[in-house]
Amino acid sequence: MVLALSALLCGTLFGLGLYVSQMINPGKVLGFLDVAGQWDPSLLLVMASALAALMPLQWFILKRSRPVCTDSFQAPATNPIDSRLLAGAALFGIGWGLSGFCPGPAFSGLIYGLQGNIVFVGAMLFGMWLFHILHRPKR
Amino acid sequence: MENFTPFSALAGGLLIGLSSALFLLLNGRRAGISSIAGSLFSFRCVDPGWRLCFLAGLVLGPLLIGKTGWLPVDVQVNDSLPLMAAAGLLVGYGTSLGSGCTSGHGICGLARLSKRSLAATLTFMLSAGITVYIARHLLGAGS
Repeated sequence: MVLALSALLCGTLFGLGLYVSQMINPGKVLGFLDVAGQWDPSLLLVMASALAALMPLQWFILKRSRPVCTDSFQAPATNPIDSRLLAGAALFGIGWGLSGFCPGPAFSGLIYGLQGNIVFVGAMLFGMWLFHILHRPKR
Repeated sequence: MENFTPFSALAGGLLIGLSSALFLLLNGRRAGISSIAGSLFSFRCVDPGWRLCFLAGLVLGPLLIGKTGWLPVDVQVNDSLPLMAAAGLLVGYGTSLGSGCTSGHGICGLARLSKRSLAATLTFMLSAGITVYIARHLLGAGS
């Protein structure tokens, strides 16, 4: 229950950030990806600003023995850089470039109720489901 | 660079960074949106509650600020439904296979100086850039 409330709070703050930074607008994101057109570097500044806030804060946070609402910090993945990582990132990039949507803004954008956005989120969730079906652990 | 909006980018980025820090402090997790959503479909998913709450927050935040009429954002979403379906499928499958998206690799991963996340971020930036170049400048799709 506490974990759900804190997740709601963090998700809300994240969504506010996507709105304020205008990353909720796929047209704006495509303006960043279109280096050969009228390039809009805003997305780069969003990432830099987020990193500038997160990096020093996480340094202090990870000095704690445990998080506030649960027992331990989730250990980050330590897998090597493999073909699976790069192939996945490449496929994601194609979808991102076609639509201007990555997962966060696709969810936040639902407030506008646009058909293209709704279809995108449906297909994205289907793609995630498909992955888990195809990579179902064998028993 | 007439479309560049440095102030909203800095302010919004700061909120995203603070949200990620707060999520690590409270829940002990990295705020990677594709992992939060994708794991809902995992057979070992034992914690759908907070995941759905985080996603609900992603909608609630913009809804709250949008209602105030402050900082109106206009959105341009491609209205070709087959194209959006294909793009969504690629994003959903690709982020699951590659274990992350713009937030998980591009922000949380880079913040902890992960080489894996750097490789993933450079790869999806490059592949997205090439896709936009082909669509806009070679095939001449709408700008």
